[in-house]
Amino acid sequence: MSEPIAMTREDGSPVFLDTKGDHHPQNGTLLGFWLYLLSDLMIFASLFATYGVLGRSYAAGPSGADLFDLKLIAANTAILLVSSITYGFAMIAMQNRNQRRVIGWLIATGLLGLGFIAIELYEFLHLIHLGAGPQRSAFLSAFFALVGTHGLHVLFGVIWLVVLCVQIDKHGLTRANTRRIACLSMFWHFLDVVWIGVFTFVYLMGVV
Amino acid sequence: MGGLDQIQHKSSGSALMAIDPSKITHSPITGIMSWDALPMLYDPILLWTFIGTAVIGLAMLTAITKYKLWGYLWTEWFTSIDHKKIGIMYMVLGLVMLLRGFADAIMMRLQQAIAFGDNLGYLPPHHYDQIFTAHGVIMIFFVAMPLVTGLMNYLVPLQIGARDVAFPFLNNFSFWMTSCGAVLVMMSLFFGEFAATGWLAYPPLSGITHSPWVGVDYYIWALQIAGVGTLLSGVNLLVTIIKMRAPGMSLMRMPVFTWTSLCTNVLIVVSFPVLTAVLGLLTLDRYLGTNFFTSDLGGNAMMYVNLVWIWGHPEVYILILPLFGVFSEIVSTYSGKRLFGYSSMVYATVCITILSYLVWLHHFFTMGSGASVNSFFGITTMIISIPTGAKIFNWLFTMYRGRIRFEVPMLWTMGFMVTFVVGGMTGVLLAVPPADFVLHNSLFLVAHFHNVIIGGVVFGLFAAMTHWFPKAFGFKLDDFWGKLSFWMWLAGYWLAFTPLYVLGLMGVTRRMSHFDDPSLQIWFQIALVGAVLVGIGIFAFLVCIFVSFRKREQLRDVTGDPWDGRTLEWSTSSPPPVYNFAFTPVVHDNDAWWDMKQRGFQRPTGGFTPIHMPKNTGAGVVLAGLSTAGGFAMIWHIWWLAIAALVAIVGYSIWHSFNYDRDYFIPAEEVDTTEQLRTQQMRTQQLSGAHV
Amino acid sequence: MGEHAGQHATHDAHDHLEDGIPHASAKEYLTGFVLSVVLTVIPFWLVMGKVIPSPTVTSLVILGFAAVQIVVHMFYFLHMNAKSEGGWNMLALIFTLVLVVIVLAGSLWVMYHLNTNMMPALHDMQNM
Repeated sequence: MSEPIAMTREDGSPVFLDTKGDHHPQNGTLLGFWLYLLSDLMIFASLFATYGVLGRSYAAGPSGADLFDLKLIAANTAILLVSSITYGFAMIAMQNRNQRRVIGWLIATGLLGLGFIAIELYEFLHLIHLGAGPQRSAFLSAFFALVGTHGLHVLFGVIWLVVLCVQIDKHGLTRANTRRIACLSMFWHFLDVVWIGVFTFVYLMGVV
Repeated sequence: MGGLDQIQHKSSGSALMAIDPSKITHSPITGIMSWDALPMLYDPILLWTFIGTAVIGLAMLTAITKYKLWGYLWTEWFTSIDHKKIGIMYMVLGLVMLLRGFADAIMMRLQQAIAFGDNLGYLPPHHYDQIFTAHGVIMIFFVAMPLVTGLMNYLVPLQIGARDVAFPFLNNFSFWMTSCGAVLVMMSLFFGEFAATGWLAYPPLSGITHSPWVGVDYYIWALQIAGVGTLLSGVNLLVTIIKMRAPGMSLMRMPVFTWTSLCTNVLIVVSFPVLTAVLGLLTLDRYLGTNFFTSDLGGNAMMYVNLVWIWGHPEVYILILPLFGVFSEIVSTYSGKRLFGYSSMVYATVCITILSYLVWLHHFFTMGSGASVNSFFGITTMIISIPTGAKIFNWLFTMYRGRIRFEVPMLWTMGFMVTFVVGGMTGVLLAVPPADFVLHNSLFLVAHFHNVIIGGVVFGLFAAMTHWFPKAFGFKLDDFWGKLSFWMWLAGYWLAFTPLYVLGLMGVTRRMSHFDDPSLQIWFQIALVGAVLVGIGIFAFLVCIFVSFRKREQLRDVTGDPWDGRTLEWSTSSPPPVYNFAFTPVVHDNDAWWDMKQRGFQRPTGGFTPIHMPKNTGAGVVLAGLSTAGGFAMIWHIWWLAIAALVAIVGYSIWHSFNYDRDYFIPAEEVDTTEQLRTQQMRTQQLSGAHV
Repeated sequence: MGEHAGQHATHDAHDHLEDGIPHASAKEYLTGFVLSVVLTVIPFWLVMGKVIPSPTVTSLVILGFAAVQIVVHMFYFLHMNAKSEGGWNMLALIFTLVLVVIVLAGSLWVMYHLNTNMMPALHDMQNM
């Protein structure tokens, strides 16, 4: 919005219309997506608050200390962190307009994301098998809701990533596609930020 | 009473439930649907409602088919991504749902006016409970929100000198998601039941144990689907205001309505996710047996109340802030004066936005959080009334020494000032925790919130509709019917709700369908008269639209500026062309259009260039339709359909994302033709001596 | 709302991306990565190794590490700065973070009081 437009003519009279067409509204996609992410953050805030309130209501059932396998979580955290870096390399490749390298790093990110989901799925199924499913207590309901919602977001991100790879392959690094890559980048890093909260507030503090 | 007997007969002796929970059976193909789900088979009120609705609905569909309007409706309206058309569609949705919400209101007033002692009235408790729940849900989510959203959608791009919103397709999608939420609510009337829990559906009553059938599920899915629309609309308008303002329009040169829209959409983006989350948790409790809000296994129902009001309080500011902006525009226009205290209006709005997040507990003072918590929230609640008070003074100072024209929008504004202030004051009274301990959930509370919502939101909406109707449709609304509607609403509101203040102070509880104390009856009878007057007011408004349409040539506005307006929307024709502005305006001051008029602005007569516009699309209709099917499937536990709908939604969205061909150019010749037509129109007006 | 054909031909330089896409460098990503690894390993070690005897202190310490790592992610991965989108990105983030704190702290405070006052038979009701 800050293109310089002459506000007065040479004779001093005010310019009321952009007759030369100098004004171009900037594209709002990245800002819009950032605002959407902030709304998503509010959903997670509500889930964190719910976990904060209900997270010690074990109903005479198992607690976090009884259930959490911190080595598994450390592995998951590492996978997600590395996937953030692989996405970063994809962004750099995009900057260098190297289409094949973008797709390559995106695929690496997607595979790491799938690994994360697989481990989490294993963890959930194991807990359910132990009788510590989401119906067992308020603590477990809150746990599954928070961690599960995060996992669903990662799954959605992987699906989006696959679609985007196809679109980049088909149309190249067009302006629309680079916007989409940047949006997914924000989404992916956002999920890693939420995970920092999850592994600290849920897992580490659940065991401490 | 016939209806009551039949309910008792139907559900094995229990008058409290619409269906016997032990008789719900699940089939893989049809879920828990059954013939019992057609309440009209045993409830005469619903039977006649269905017949009436079916007749009117079929008549409309036949008429549209007969006059071959489906193509027109599809191409010009349903698939339109034009913010003006979408804004109008939102208004139509809101007004249609107003009729349903008001029908619920008059039914309640009637029941409460007659149900004393031996007279049980005509509504059994379970039906009455659904009515007050539906009344609240419909009025807030499907009347007030769509009308406010429609207004912001229509006006904001015009006021900031833009050609559309930032994400035109998302705009269309948002509208259809809201509409489909409304469809689900309407469906619950004839198939199944609605929630009987109050408009916020507190657990444990809304949990699966105490609401085992489909009512709460209709509630949940209608709100979740509509909520997606609202949230995306919030993001859309925010980016529009931030990124698409005309050159020279700094933040402090925006019209006040745009400022209030900015703050409202901030509230939408940060508060609606909390509603999404809390309804999601209730859904998990109902469908998967989790324990967030149950009475056992560690659940805590108060957490629902806590979260829902963290959303709920910002929600009421979402409803009122845009109308504060409307009043600012109207007061300054019809006083012929610049708004007094523009900066303080902006700061007051921003303060309200932030403070609205610090007051939510005042909705449940009585739940036992103790003195320290209650006093904190009591104090913050009292503080939040101050910026609103500042606004009232600013409006009054704007009027002082202005040349006031008492057109119909100004009448609504006067009604607002008198009515809303009283409602605000009763709000401050309720903010005092000890007082609230007596008045919580009494009819005093009901009177208070209707006072502010009707006095503020409803009066503001009618003022706005009357004020901007000529802009949207090219002709003014008829004066006589507009004034009649106003006076009926004003008298009707006061007559309907002052008795409720009295009753509340006497200790009468809300949401009751029957009373034993005959001395209370007179107050309810007066309230019924008030409701009837409001009904006449609504009817008069509908007549107003009809009559104005018939007389439209007499009421025609060809200047585009029938009220001598101050902001940029009045610089366009009435209605504006699809591209809004042939050339983007350049802004030098507040009240940009007023500034242009004062300093000798001349209409351009040539040099038009091609204009870049987005294409129409049916994707919004499709996605919303699929969401409705999915919601319906979830409500009736038809799992195969729910999965299919989800897969279809994801699949269709992915397919839609492969469509990169989303825009086109309006050729310069077309722009030229449109603009020349307008120039000629305006010259005709001047030549004929017609003067606005 | 869409590109303007031919308008930005001069902007298609090699290293420059339009639409407010922030500039990325390998150095930033790697620095962020290394910092994040350190800020993750230490809390895990503190908890798994039961290094600090007091659970409260441990909790506060690891929450502190989490806060710092979140800032690292914001700065190095999300390229958050006060200038992008005319400062609106940062403003929106700060506003939302304030609300997140209010939702979390407010809910914990309110629910703690409700539970304390309203749990049956745990205290003398006369004190209310």
